[in-house]
Order: sequence, then C-alpha cells, then structure tokens
Amino acid sequence: MYSAIVFLPLLGALIAGFFGRQIGARASEIITCTLLTISAVLSWVAFFSIGVDGGEEHVTVLRWLTSDTLQVNWAFRIDTLTAVMLVVVNTVSALVHWYSIGYMHHDPHRPRFFAYLSLFTFAMLMLVTADNFLQLFFGWEGVGLASYLLIGFWYLKPSANAAAIKAFVVNRVGDFGFALGIFAIFLIFGTISFEEVFANAPALPEAARTMTFLSWEFDTLTVICLLLFMGAMGKSAQFLLHTWLPDAMEGPTPVSALIHAATMVTAGVFMVARLSPLFALSETAMMVVTIVGATTAFFAATVGLVQNDIKRVIAYSTCSQLGYMFVALGVGAFSAGIFHLFTHAFFKALLFLGSGAVIHAMSDEQDMRNMGGLRNMIPVTYWMMAIGTLALTGFPFTAGFFSKDAIIESAFVAHNGWGFYAFLATVIAAGLTSFYSWRLMFLTFHGRSRASADVLHHVHESPAVMLVPLGVLAIGALGAGYLFKDLFIGGNHEHFWREAMAAAGGTEILEAMHHAPGWVAWSPTVMMAAGFVLAWYMYIRRPEVPVALARRHVLLYKFLLNKWYFDEIYDFLLVRPAMRLGRFLWKQGDGRVIDGFGPDGVSARVLDVTRSAVRLQSGYVYHYAFAMLIGVAALITWYMFTGSVH
Amino acid sequence: MPSMALPNLAPAIPEIILAVGAMAMLMLGVFRSGRVSDMINAQAVVVLVLAAAAVILVPGKLLLTFDGVFILDDFARFMKVLTIIGSLVAVVMSIGYFKAEKAMRFEFPILIVLATLGMMMMISANGLIALYMGLELQSLALYVVAAIQRDSARATEAGLKYFVLGALASGMLLYGASLIYGFSGTTEFAGIAAVIAGGGMSLGLIFGIVFLLAGLAFKVSAVPFHMWTPDVYEGAPTPVTAFFAAAPKIAAMAIFVRTMVTAFPAATPEWQQIVVFISIASMALGAFAAIGQTNIKRLMAYSSIGHMGFALVGLASGSLAGVKGVIIYLSIYLAMTAGTFACILAMRRREGAVEEIDELAGLAKRSPMFAFLLAMLMFSLAGIPPLAGFFAKFYVFLAAIEAQLYGLAVLGVLSSVVGAFYYLRIIKIMYFDEPAEAFEPMPGVLRTVLGLSSIVVILFFLIPGPLVAAADFAARSLF
Amino acid sequence: MILAGAFFYLFAGLAVAAAFMVITARNPVHAVLFLILAFFNAAGLFVLMGAEFLAMILVIVYVGAVAVLFLFVVMMLDIDFVELKQGFLQYLPFGALVGAILLIELILVLGSWVISPDIAQHAGAPLAADGVTNTQALGQILYTKYVYFFEAAGMILLVAMIGAIVLTLHHKPAAKRQNIAAQVGRDPKTAIEIRHVEPGQGI
Repeated sequence: MYSAIVFLPLLGALIAGFFGRQIGARASEIITCTLLTISAVLSWVAFFSIGVDGGEEHVTVLRWLTSDTLQVNWAFRIDTLTAVMLVVVNTVSALVHWYSIGYMHHDPHRPRFFAYLSLFTFAMLMLVTADNFLQLFFGWEGVGLASYLLIGFWYLKPSANAAAIKAFVVNRVGDFGFALGIFAIFLIFGTISFEEVFANAPALPEAARTMTFLSWEFDTLTVICLLLFMGAMGKSAQFLLHTWLPDAMEGPTPVSALIHAATMVTAGVFMVARLSPLFALSETAMMVVTIVGATTAFFAATVGLVQNDIKRVIAYSTCSQLGYMFVALGVGAFSAGIFHLFTHAFFKALLFLGSGAVIHAMSDEQDMRNMGGLRNMIPVTYWMMAIGTLALTGFPFTAGFFSKDAIIESAFVAHNGWGFYAFLATVIAAGLTSFYSWRLMFLTFHGRSRASADVLHHVHESPAVMLVPLGVLAIGALGAGYLFKDLFIGGNHEHFWREAMAAAGGTEILEAMHHAPGWVAWSPTVMMAAGFVLAWYMYIRRPEVPVALARRHVLLYKFLLNKWYFDEIYDFLLVRPAMRLGRFLWKQGDGRVIDGFGPDGVSARVLDVTRSAVRLQSGYVYHYAFAMLIGVAALITWYMFTGSVH
Repeated sequence: MPSMALPNLAPAIPEIILAVGAMAMLMLGVFRSGRVSDMINAQAVVVLVLAAAAVILVPGKLLLTFDGVFILDDFARFMKVLTIIGSLVAVVMSIGYFKAEKAMRFEFPILIVLATLGMMMMISANGLIALYMGLELQSLALYVVAAIQRDSARATEAGLKYFVLGALASGMLLYGASLIYGFSGTTEFAGIAAVIAGGGMSLGLIFGIVFLLAGLAFKVSAVPFHMWTPDVYEGAPTPVTAFFAAAPKIAAMAIFVRTMVTAFPAATPEWQQIVVFISIASMALGAFAAIGQTNIKRLMAYSSIGHMGFALVGLASGSLAGVKGVIIYLSIYLAMTAGTFACILAMRRREGAVEEIDELAGLAKRSPMFAFLLAMLMFSLAGIPPLAGFFAKFYVFLAAIEAQLYGLAVLGVLSSVVGAFYYLRIIKIMYFDEPAEAFEPMPGVLRTVLGLSSIVVILFFLIPGPLVAAADFAARSLF
Repeated sequence: MILAGAFFYLFAGLAVAAAFMVITARNPVHAVLFLILAFFNAAGLFVLMGAEFLAMILVIVYVGAVAVLFLFVVMMLDIDFVELKQGFLQYLPFGALVGAILLIELILVLGSWVISPDIAQHAGAPLAADGVTNTQALGQILYTKYVYFFEAAGMILLVAMIGAIVLTLHHKPAAKRQNIAAQVGRDPKTAIEIRHVEPGQGI
C-alpha cells in the first residue's frame, strides 16, 4: 500500500510525460488525476491505521548504493509524521490535479503540465517517506527540479523563466548548507540512516561533541542543525531566503497552490520536524529557528499589507504562516507546528485555488486595483474565499484558529527571551494578517467594480471541476482544526505522535500551553478583529484613506511595497558582484587565459608552426641539401661539446 | 690464397631469384615486341611471391655467407617478407593506374623487382660495404622509378631532386662508413662491435656514426633529412608514391635497426641521443606540417615522416622491447599505408586522377563503404583505439617508458594528438561536407588491397597474438 | 723514401689545389680540365702506393671516359653558370659558416687520430706475394672474397643502364630507322617491279 502511495504519482508522471503525445491531453489528465486520487485515499487509510490506530511501518524497496562504509537503502519510514504529510500532500495534490483540468483547459501542453504536477508530488512523497538523509536529499532536489519546471512552465514568458531560475538558485544556497549538514552527519556518525543517527545523537562521545574550524570551536550538533536549517530556510522561504517565493507566482495558479500548500515550502518544516530529535539537542539551533520564524512571520505580513497582486498577497501570507510553523518548532512545540502545517494546507490551497478562480473569471487579471464588486457575479467563489480568509485569520473554530492560537500560546509559555520575541511578532503578525486578508477580500469582491466593461462582460463562475475541489478544501478549512485538534495537540497527542518526533511532539510545552494566561489566548483573536475592522474602515467605509496614508508615509509605503528592498539589496550585494565576477572570469579568465593559452592559443600556435614548417619546404634542392648539412653539423657540434665518450 | 670454392648460396636464394627473374623479364621485355607489360607484371608478381616463399622456406636459424657479410636471421626474414608484400602491393596497384594514364612501361615492374632486390640485400647486410651496395641498388632503382613518367614535369623534377639529395645522403653515409672503418679498422658489424666493446670508442667513431645515421635517416625520411619526401611523394606517379611509402621505408628502417643494434650495441647511449632527436623532430614536423596540406599525397608524405618518427621511438629505447615495437609498428604501418594508397588510387574521375583532399568531400554519401574504410584507416593512422594504429604506437611508447625515456614518450603522445587533427579533418570532409562529384567505381584490385588492409587494421585487436609473437621472435635474433 | 715522400706531397697538394679550382673556376670548361688534373694526381698517388692497376684504371676510365663526357656535356649544353652562381653566392656566408664549423670539427677529430693498434692487419688485403701482379691479385679477391660485392655492383650498373635507357630513349613513330635485316633480306623480287611504260606517257 505504501509503495502504491508513493509510486502511483510517479507512474502517472511517466505515462503523461513520455506518452502524453500519443494518448492525448484528456487521457493524460484522467490518468494522473485518478492515480493521484487513489494515492490520496490510500493516504487517509494510512493516516488512520498509523496515526489513530497506532503502529509504524518500514518498507525497504531496494538496496540503493554501497560505497565502503556508506550503505544506503531505499526505504520508506512510515510513522505518524509521515502519514500526516502523506495526507496533506496527496489530498491537496489530488484536488489541484482535478482543479487544473478546468483551469488549464486552454493550454496546449496539458500532458506535460500534468506530468510535472505528478512528478512534483512524487518527489515530495519521496521526501516525506525518507528513511535516511540521502533519500531526503533526493526528494529535496526532486522537488527543486519539479518546481523549476513548473514555475517556468510558460517558458515563452521571460519573467516565468527568470522566476524559475531564481527559485532554483535561491534554493541552491539553502541546499548547499543542507548538503554540508549531511556530510557533517556522515562524518560524525558514520551513517546517514535516521534511526541510527537519532539513536546515537544524545550519547555522542566527548571527542565528537565539538568541532574545530579555523581555531574556533563549535558545538557539533549545533553546526549540523544550523547547516540543515539553512536548507529548510531555502525550501520554506524563510527570512533572507524568501525572495523566490513571491516570484514563483509566475507559474500557473494551481502550481502556486501546490507549492504553497502541500509540496515544496512545507518540506523545510517537515525536515525540521523529522529531525527534531537532533534539533532538540541544540538550544542554539532552536533559538535560531524561533527567531528566523518569528521574523519571517512579521516581515512577510508587513509586506503583504501593500501588495496589489492578488496572488502576491497570498504568497506573502504563506511566507508569514511558515514563519509561524517555525516558531512552533523552535520553541519545541513540534506538534503545534505540524498541526498548523496541516490546517494551513487546506485554507491556503483554498485561497490559492479561489484566487485562481477569480483570475480565471477576470480573464487573467491579477491586479486587485482592477477588480472589485465581484461578490454578486461569482458568489460561490466569493464564499469559498471568505471561508479561506476566515480560516487564515484565525476566526474562532475555523482550522486556523486552533493551530495559530496554539503556536502563539506555546511561544509565550516558552519562557525565554526569543520565545517572547516570537510571541510579540506572531501576535502583531496575526493582526496584520487579518488586515491584508480582508483588504484582499474587500478590494476584490466589494465596492464598485474597477474592471473594464469588456472584462466584466466575460466574468463567469468557474466550472464544477474547479468548484468541487474548492468545496472539499473549504470543508477542510472549516473543520480540520476542530476535528483533529485533540489528536494533534490535545490529550491524545502522545498516543498519536509516539516516536515520530522528539518528546512526542513537545508534551511539556503543550502542557504548559493549557495553563497560559487568558489574555494570551485572547490576544490573537482581538488582533484579528482589529485587523478586520481597520480593513473595513479603510476599504469599505473610507476608501480614500489608504491613498492618503500612502502619500503621507511615502517612505514607509515604498519600503513595504518594495518588500523591504530585499531584491534590490541582493541584487546590489550578490547578483551584480557575481555577474561582474562571472563576466570577468568569462572574458578574462576563460576567454583570455584558458582559451587564449588553451584551445585557441594552442591551435593558433599549431597553425603558426605549420605555416613555418610549410614555408621551409621551399622546393629548392639546395635548401633541402642545406637542411641536411645543417642537421649533420648540428649533431656533430652537439657531440663535440657534450663529448660523450664513455 | 683465398678459397676458390663457391660460397654457400642457400641464404641468398631469394635474392638470386629476384636478380635472375629481373634479368629474365628484361630480356623478355626487350626482345618480345608488342604489348608485353601485362606478362611482365604477372611475372614480377610471380617472382616476388617466389622470393617471399624462399625467404620463409630456406632452412636454418642463423645463416651467414659470403665471408660473413650476408646474414639471414629471423629479423631479416620478417623484414624481407614485409618488404616483398609492400612491393607486391605496389606492382599490383600500379597496373590499373598506368593503363588509365596510358603510361604503361614494362620497365616499371622490373625496376621494382630490382629495388626490392636492393632492399633485401640491405636488410641482410652484415657489414658496411654490403649495406652500401644494397642501399645504392635500391636507391638507384627508386630514382628512376620516381621519374618514370618522364613526360610529366613534376615527376621528372621529383626524380631529379630525389637523385641529387640521395647522392648527397649516400655521400654522407659513405663518409661515415669510412670514418668508422678508419677508427675501428673493420667494416663488418660484428668486428665494429668488438672494437667498441674493447674500449675503442672515440669521437671519430661517433662522427662516423652521425654521418652514417644521416644517410640512413635520409632513407627513412626522418627530420632533418626528410626534405625530399613531400616533393617526391607529390610529384611521382601515385603507385610509385605508394611504393615509396611502404617497402623502402621498411627496408631502410630494418637496416637502421640492425646497424645500431648489432654494430654499435656498446655505443647505445651515443646513438640513442641522435635517434631521440630525429625521432622527436620527425614526429613533430610530421604532425605540424601535415596540417597545412591540401594535396593528399603530400599529406601522406608528412604522415609517413611522422610515422617513421614514431617507429624510431622504439629504436631509441635500444632494447628488445623497442625493436619488437619497431617491427610491430612497421607491420601495421604497411597495412595502413597500403589501404590508404588504395583509396588514393581510387580517387579518379572520368577526366583523370585527382589528388586534392577536398575532392573527398561528402564521400560518405556517395560510396559509404569506401568512406567508412578510409575513415577507419585514418583513425588508425591517428592511433585511436581499438584500431591497429593504436597498438603500433602503444608498443613503441611502452618500450620508451620502460627505457625511462619519459620525455620522448610524452612528446610522442602530444604530437600524435596534434597529428590526429589532419586525419580527423579528412574524415570530417568525407562525412560532413557537401558532396563533390562522384568517383569512378573502384577497381577490383584496389578493393582487394583495401579490404585486406582494413581487415588487418580493424580486426587486429581481436587477434594480436601472432604478429606480436612473430615480432618478438624476430627481435630476439638481433640480441 | 724521401723521394717518395716528396712526390706524395706534390701529388696530394696538386690534387687538393686542382679540386679547389674545380669549384671556383669561372669557366666550366676550365673546371673540367682541373678535374682531369685532379684525377691524374690521384692516379699518381695510387702509383706511389704500388697500386699501378688502379692508377691506370683511373686514368683510362675517369680521365678517358668520364671527364671527357663531362667536357662534352658542359660544352654542348648552354647553361648560364653566372646565374647559378648568384644563387650560390646568396647563401655563401651561411654555407661557409656551416662548412667552416664542420671543417674545424673534423680537423679536431682527425687531430686526435689514434691509429687503431691493429689497423695494419685490417687496412686491406696484404700486399700480393712476389710474382703475382697487381691485376692478378685484384682478380683473385674480386671473384672470391668479394664476389658478393662484385655481383652487387654489377646489378647496380644494370639498374643504371636501365635507368638511362628508360629516361632518355624516345621511340618517335615518325623517325625512320635503318633495319639492316630487312635491308639485307631484300631480293629483286620484292625490291623491283617491272612495268611496261607506254611511250609518251608517264606511270
């Protein structure tokens, strides 16, 4: 069954990818969607049999490679964490597949698109079922590859290509650290199997506890964790390595949904959770995780306030929500982090697919300033988006309410400096989230329409194949929190998580969380309400206020609009020097030195020698005779002077 | 009073067959009026085959006769067979060419047979006088053959150049021989070796060796005594060039090896320096100068200069393995050259033979088999595995490495890389350029030669054993 | 012996001087005449060594045949030697340099000449016993010890002859040749035909 879960998407990808041209677009769609749906159903079965009923599975597929002491099996490790991820990935992916049938029906390259989607899913499944670091890395890179292919799916669009390259390159920075981390693990532990590493990590011999680099001493585990976390930052678009995520909007909207909700960005969160037994051993690493997560949550929320592209707003909200998850992981509430991942998957997918429906209805218009008043024209979509927004902002009893509150509370009860920082950041971010989410809703669906008559004429509700997935996700967005709260972070969590994460997902902090002061529990809800009211005031009641504000605080507005100038800073600090260096190495190093003295130079010299050798061949007999005489004279002279008579 | 008894003629039976056969053919040609060329060509083939059979069949392991100046050992047998094969191929391939050019002369096969006689005498020479006699006999015949198309200005010029420079080289060789005789008191190889081994080494002797080597190097066309080669190869009729490229080179290299190894074993460090020098110079010049050529015969001239350089690498190591390498190299070189010249002879259109490399353009589209085999030969000449040419180079370089001549081996490999360029260029022209006008269909004789040599070249790596063993056997007789 | 020594130096000096004149003389005819002088001196040297047969052969073959042939060739061909010399002069400095280097080195080597201890035995066949003439002695070894070389030389000469014929003999179809056999074999029957001619008419 587990093999089926993992390999059905691959099968679909292979069929659609290699035979899509022969079997046609429709068949490709049906095959991939069906296989993915089977996979998703099986995932739920696995979720209940593993998580709820208890149990853990190990499936060895084959011996992958053997190199001296390095022995790696290709094996699936199916525990609760994996089961949760399987559910998230496969469910969202299956819905995205179905949705794509409607969304992409104009596109001539649908078989390729569906092949990529399935490949993406397969890579993510490889990642979450990994039994060792190599397999994790394989899935990791597979996800990176598939995201590159999908973001750049419309490869005729230069901006799509640029975004694809950006996503790939920024991820490479993280992967660099990730790979170094894996090397370090092999160096220290002599194995890359999770089980053995986790078993040996707490009782590391004294000699291996610190490592020396340039006469600096470092705690080995901290170094390893930070290196690995670097990879997570890249994949999960955390502060400093987040720049690729908003640009990844260039891909088709279902891809955005998949990237943001199920695959790709959750990989980092999953990885930290999976390696929680290691992270739990290093306080420094946990601190870094918390601070990075909190900063991201706050930073991304501020940027989200002023974006005008409907998908960008949601993209920044993803970034922000991922920050929440890392905060949870950082303070030790692993289960809360994964719970948020779980609930977030539903409402974020819902929001993206919903916005996709809006864009679809508006003839590919993405700028919210050109929308407005769509509530009555596409009511189903409107309500779906509303549900998603409620869940995202943490409206009581929706999915986001439970998981987000749990995170904020656990940050508060962590009782250390960075925990409090994280608490403040997340609470403020909750308010900001509410504001920009409702701003999105009001700008898009309320007020007067600002679209052209031509566009308005074409506005239409999406087909059922798109609306049904939205409905399914809406149910998840409403109910997932309430239904699974008990399992994930409630009383049953120890039974649920068991050995899947360190300390069964953070029993201690979950315990403390329930005794948090009342105002702490209420603060996010209050912030949410405040954000809503402010948004209503500014975009429904007094629509001229935002413009005035922006004009008055033009610097701040520009700062936020330009995403804290990160792209510009990176461009100045990294991209341009790299380009200059590249140009220098290309023109001077490669062109002048290597080509000049290498291939080009050598061939030019060869031709020179050839020319002179040919010129020697003058055709005159006395030249030839002369050459012979000179030859003899030279040899004789040589012996005269070396006088080599032994 | 010297003995009046007849010397033992058995070791010289092949030479006697050739001499008598040549004279008989001459009589026939002179006294039978009408078209006798076909008959004489056939007779030449028969005489050469008989001589080859005699070389193999004369009993005895090591035969000396004529007061010890004539030797027939395994080395000589092997080299003689190779030489005869070279001559045979040249005779066979010439018939069609001269017929097509309407320049058939019955003297041509006779001169080839006489040249072969000279080469065989040279290979069997066991003293300086015998060496010179054989050398002159073959050279004189070659001078005439080069100019045999006396109505062609180019051929005449080629013959004259070859003659003048050859005379100069002979003069040097004679001068060296007289110096050696003067300083050692004998002309026989064994005697010279004994004198040197007995402490008779002197600067005068070295000078003698230098001059002697200059004369021999001229015959194998090693740099800087190679200058005649491109002009003569280009100017002479193509079958003559085919002959020049194979048999005389083998014979000259054989006597080169025999002289150095049997007459001057104790002076190895001295002559080794010269051989290393001319070897490197030949490999480098062969590689570089060939790049600039547009005429395929001229290109083959530089190619043969380079290949002689590679063969000399084996001699430079001065060891058993080195001589073995030289023998293997020459055998494979013979096959490659024969095949390549069969291809060059097949470059013929209705209006006549063509020699420019560009005429091969797009050959692969018109006659794929021809192009494929020529490409294989080119790859082999460039020394690309698993073709025979690679193994030829492999054995000589191996010997050089074993003799710790690392610099020589490295330079050899480098120049073979440079040399690969012009071989590959021919392949590129054949396969990727716009097709030129088609050639006339290839005559059966050329097909046969090309086929046989291609089989050797392409399939050598499957059964290298017999040749390597035979070469080993032959090389051992010199040590 | 002093007389012999004096003659040796006379002949040797004259031979070298004549050889030098051969290559420096402006008039090619003079050059050939100097060559003949050099041959005569060489013959004189042979006589001094007691090799009178070789001396006579040298005079007969080289002076009598070869040099005279040269003379004819030089006189019959119209070769512009001045033009040839110009090319020669152009390369003279460099050529002289190379020549000088070679010369100096050879002199240095010959200066260190050490006659091999047993050169006397190896120098050649021992002088013929009394009563055996020079010619006889040569003949004896030429057909025994050196028979191989002798035959080889014969082959070389044969090739030279073939070469000369191949390269120079032109069969011109238009040329009329005398066929002695046909000439001699003619008889009145084939040679003459008798016709009856009518008076006042031609044939």
